Amino acid sequence: MATPRPRVGLFVTCLADMFRPEVAFASVKLLELAGFDVEVPRRQTCCGQPAFNSGDREDSAAIARQTIEAFDGFEYVVGPSGSCIGMLHHYPELFADNDPWHQRAVQLKARAFEITSFLSEHLDPQRLSGSFSGKVTYHDSCSGLRELGIKRQPRELLSNMPGVQLCEMEEAETCCGFGGTFCVKYPDISNRMVSNKSDNIRATGAELLLGGDLGCLLNMAGKLKRDGVSVEARHVVEVLADMLDTPPIGAEKRA
Amino acid sequence: MEVRSPEFKQAARIALQDANLQQALGNLKAGFPGKRAAAVARLPEFDQLRDQARDLKNHILEHLDLYLEEFERNVTANGGTVHWCRSADDARRTILDICRAQGAKTVTKGKSMVSEEIGLNDYLEAHGVTPVETDLGEYILQLRGDHPSHIVAPAIHLTLNDVATAFHEHHKRPRSDDPAVLMQEAREMLRKQFVAADVGITGANFLIAETGSTIICTNEGNGDLTQTLPKTHIVVSSIEKVVPTLEDMTLFLRLLARSATGQEFTVYNTLSSGPRRPGDQDGPEQFHVVLVDNGRSDMVGTELQEMLRCIRCSACMNHCPVYGAVGGQTYGWVYPGPMGSVLTPQMVGIENAGLLPNASTFCGKCEEVCPVRIPLPKLMRHWRDREFEQHLSPAGVRYGLKFWSFFARRPALYRWFAGSGNWVLRLLAGKKGRLGKLPLAGGWTDHRDLPAPSGKTFMQQWEARNR
Ligand code: SF4
Repeated sequence: MATPRPRVGLFVTCLADMFRPEVAFASVKLLELAGFDVEVPRRQTCCGQPAFNSGDREDSAAIARQTIEAFDGFEYVVGPSGSCIGMLHHYPELFADNDPWHQRAVQLKARAFEITSFLSEHLDPQRLSGSFSGKVTYHDSCSGLRELGIKRQPRELLSNMPGVQLCEMEEAETCCGFGGTFCVKYPDISNRMVSNKSDNIRATGAELLLGGDLGCLLNMAGKLKRDGVSVEARHVVEVLADMLDTPPIGAEKRA
Repeated sequence: MEVRSPEFKQAARIALQDANLQQALGNLKAGFPGKRAAAVARLPEFDQLRDQARDLKNHILEHLDLYLEEFERNVTANGGTVHWCRSADDARRTILDICRAQGAKTVTKGKSMVSEEIGLNDYLEAHGVTPVETDLGEYILQLRGDHPSHIVAPAIHLTLNDVATAFHEHHKRPRSDDPAVLMQEAREMLRKQFVAADVGITGANFLIAETGSTIICTNEGNGDLTQTLPKTHIVVSSIEKVVPTLEDMTLFLRLLARSATGQEFTVYNTLSSGPRRPGDQDGPEQFHVVLVDNGRSDMVGTELQEMLRCIRCSACMNHCPVYGAVGGQTYGWVYPGPMGSVLTPQMVGIENAGLLPNASTFCGKCEEVCPVRIPLPKLMRHWRDREFEQHLSPAGVRYGLKFWSFFARRPALYRWFAGSGNWVLRLLAGKKGRLGKLPLAGGWTDHRDLPAPSGKTFMQQWEARNR
């Protein structure tokens, strides 16, 4: 009998669930390619970040407990977002040191990984094969970059795909202005930030914008569309998993 | 200074449309961050120094009382006087009393954010003492009746054209747009004031406990004239600026200039250790240190204690995309940018300054560059917690959040909720794949399209597949 494959619990993230299920399917495909059994616990919802960043500690803690329970027993918890996984890493802050939930939160944190950083550790890059060919540019989303140190990992994975030509943009590490509820609470400032981003994206001459966080991608894609810029946007896992049948983010449905 | 932080949103809208301001902010963005990065790259141990500085500051804050008392002892031994001021009002009055005792009519001032914090200029003026700012940026602002928009480069929100106009109006000379000519003009105007002043007021970057000295770091040398020419020198500073030794001070000096302007070292680093001694060629006859608390000691022992590590380098605002978009005056009080968003609620009340800690995407750039590693996003979140606790956040936000978390805390309901939202959005978007307008989502759709869901929710599709 073959040894059982290690189990990964997929943290879908609410934006992938609601707006772009392909991102979660691509994550499943890549994790299976890397040799894991993937399960999707039904008791997960959102990571709780909207509550956490709005000062609502009580709801954040309740959602954290629910998430911790949902992912009990998995060797790894992997999700396609630096921001949401970053939030899972904040869970210990929600509980006093002597609260038993604190220890469980610490344990979850140790097992929770953003997808590109997880794949860069566990996936043999030789196994990646993609049909995409063309110029892409990569936006480093803030939480992934600064809380989880994600910078090199997606680029390394992409470098194994012969058709992908990466053109870095100016200020790739500057916030796109999404910021969760920030973009609707301070729409004018957010607009300035995403306008700057859109200009920097356009200047690269890339045809496709990639990133690791759907919040930022929805923001940037929405701006590119509004400005009539022809650069398309996808989550990086769609390219890595070669799941390109769905139209890019916010693009017209194919007939 | 009047607190205008409650008008942050309107001020931001105006700032974003102010072409002149945007040009000035563009200069800032093109200047400081690149210079800092180059200076950091030239010093391989920079990050190690940051760790040391953080640890040393933490140590100082644990023993703040001891170091401040040592500082006072040594100032006194040098012949100076320390004045302990709990509030801004105490500090203002103390300074006015010293000025009055000297019969002072005019006082020259070096750049000092603490003096802005306590609203010193207006107060002195109202009581018959004329303050004259001698830092070039502050001088320009004073001519214009304006306030600093930045803690290191106070007039950074102005363009050359603004300065030329202000000088032309006030100096009554032919208008010039040549920076060298403008500089010369300012020099001539200020020179007279330096000689006429009865009292010189400066801030301090650090207070050195072991010697009872204060230090100012400037690039113009105006501070030196401010503190050596008048008979009386008043240093106005705040309690967290104390460091144990001169050696410790140098650690911070190495970080300060690099983080602020990308210089290896500030041009003038001037130590003051008491009044003129017998045999000294120059120096003031009296030396006063006005130590301002103004809410700081209340931060000790709380989550906000970390904010007291701040050395006022300005790196956080220089790198902040929100500050870079709206400029410092939009924040509506003395301290702008990320450090201001933490300090202002402490000093003017969260009920007045609640918009500031919320005006952040938590991108974390400020924390990334802060030389003393202050977790600024975490501290801004601290204020959001307090705001929520005290029911100060807007009702719409609170109810919206409660509505959302009702579902987020119930997975089965949440799946239904997500499925319904997903269905509605797809229906509204049709084949277009995105929405240009959506009721109640104007904050989003005024400026950008909303990409529509690409299909049913993942949970719906996953369950269908794995049934
Ligand atoms: S918070 Fe940090 S980066 Fe900002 S001014 Fe203070 S020391 Fe400098």
